[in-house]
Amino acid sequence: MSAPSTGGASRDGYGAALLNLADDPRVVVIEADLGKSTKSCLFRELYPERTISLGIAEQNMVLVAAGLASCGKVPFASTFAIFTERAFEQVRNGLARPGLVAHICGSHGGIHTGTDGSSAQSIEDLALYRTIPGMTVMHPSDDLSATKLTEQLLNHPNPSYTRTARNKTPRIYDEDTVNSIQIGKGSVLKEGNDVAIIAIGVMVHKALEAAENLRSEEINATVVDMHTIKPLDTALLDQLANSVSGIVTVEDHSVIGGLGSAVSEYLSENNPTIIRKIGVEDRFGESGDSEELLSLVGLTVESIETAARAML
Amino acid sequence: MKGTEVSVQSLENVAKNCRRSIVDMIHKAGAGHPGGSLSAIDLIVGLYGTQLNVDSNNPDSSQRDRFIMSKGHASPAVYAILKEHNFLKQSDLDGFRSLGSVCQGHVDMKWTNGVDFSAGSLGMGLSFGIGTAFAAKMDGLDYQTWVMLGDGETQEGQIWEAFMAASYHNLGNLHVIIDRNRIQNDDFVNVQMEIGDVASKVEAFGWSVKEIDGHDMEAVVEALQWSMDTPGPSAVVAHTVKGKGVSFMEDNPSFHGKAPNDAELKMAMEELV
Repeated sequence: MSAPSTGGASRDGYGAALLNLADDPRVVVIEADLGKSTKSCLFRELYPERTISLGIAEQNMVLVAAGLASCGKVPFASTFAIFTERAFEQVRNGLARPGLVAHICGSHGGIHTGTDGSSAQSIEDLALYRTIPGMTVMHPSDDLSATKLTEQLLNHPNPSYTRTARNKTPRIYDEDTVNSIQIGKGSVLKEGNDVAIIAIGVMVHKALEAAENLRSEEINATVVDMHTIKPLDTALLDQLANSVSGIVTVEDHSVIGGLGSAVSEYLSENNPTIIRKIGVEDRFGESGDSEELLSLVGLTVESIETAARAML
Repeated sequence: MKGTEVSVQSLENVAKNCRRSIVDMIHKAGAGHPGGSLSAIDLIVGLYGTQLNVDSNNPDSSQRDRFIMSKGHASPAVYAILKEHNFLKQSDLDGFRSLGSVCQGHVDMKWTNGVDFSAGSLGMGLSFGIGTAFAAKMDGLDYQTWVMLGDGETQEGQIWEAFMAASYHNLGNLHVIIDRNRIQNDDFVNVQMEIGDVASKVEAFGWSVKEIDGHDMEAVVEALQWSMDTPGPSAVVAHTVKGKGVSFMEDNPSFHGKAPNDAELKMAMEELV
């Protein structure tokens, strides 16, 4: 990997994708007041006639999206990740159950969100949406991949939930490498035969850093950006389970129900492998800056390295 | 059907057939919601008979009017009218609530031709209707969206999010009918949590509102036309009787969600002639 450049946060990538999709007249953007934060405001500015502002009313927003979808529109609805959860039952019963295809984006996901404090730090969104039949669930690691994955939703056959992050992290991809990214296919960023580190979102760059450090100890790690946690890339998981001595999962999300759980569920039944889950243990966050909070809950490069060493 | 002259008498006859279908299918299934189906059926018959532009030969037409049955537990009323309008057969109604049946317990667009919404969780239908009404405006189509709400259902906060949004966006192609039958699952609405003068409340949210007797077919037909002629979003608050048409079910909370037994079916059918 060349030295990472800093782009925008993944939420900026979402906003950029909406603009790239605007040529398709089916695309409709829906907001519940937080368009400036989720970055759907970029679309609103240029296409007000295809943007619907619904005020601070997330439950209504989800069903308006469902109604639009039933008429052939491709709605993209966004708010903070935590506030999509208020409308969880609406997503379940009003959108996914009838098989309607609309796309929900929850920005400001994870404890990484920072100083707003625990009320804004969704650490359970991925777990929730993963339980809904037919739902695609994603969490991109940088702005470029967020753009690419969101663009791929245009003709996606399922409703989806995408978590984006509030804050900038180093870019994982460049304009070329991002072209190989695909919904449902984990991206192998680095290959090594000793351990595999599977990460998502803002933790992917920390996983890469840990892998770099481990190499000086002659520990070779594979690093995967598992941007899609449902449907999960089980072929890749099998391949990893067959080639390394253990797997570390890393996520800015509760260890209950997220990436680590998804990986464990599959492998424990199909290809038993030693797995160590790094995530937010069963607790809420608090105010602080992103890096302080990640350290507070143990989401650090060092903890990834420690877990990886223990696999050998 | 829209554009054709239909007499009040013929609508009342259709409503009677529907009432028989409702009671019969719930008895066969051994479960279901007769009270709210019987209170709503005159309104639904009036709507399908005089306004709703739908065609069983082309159920998915993008230009069809939408009927969003938000109080989805009153599914027997929908299945009964869909049978009258040739979307469903008697054998479909006979399978109500059974495994694999197109007549699911609560109305479901995924299962039934002619159903535009998957209900079952109260409070969501008006929001969905905003979506279909917006789509019509964006596409320059003149189809209408009609949403039926229960009165107990208006206790859900989402309903008021939707009332507020629809008037802000001035959705004149969106019409609401509230079935004000005064009874919800556990008991009378005024025992559970009285909603009071719901007409004034909806009006305060920027809607035009008309109150009628929801069992006076002439008034129903007139009110639906009034809604069509009214600019901006409009709502008809229909005062109804839960269980209307079957004496022992009328105004009786215990028949909100209970099937008649064999003897009760016989009594009901004798009344519905």
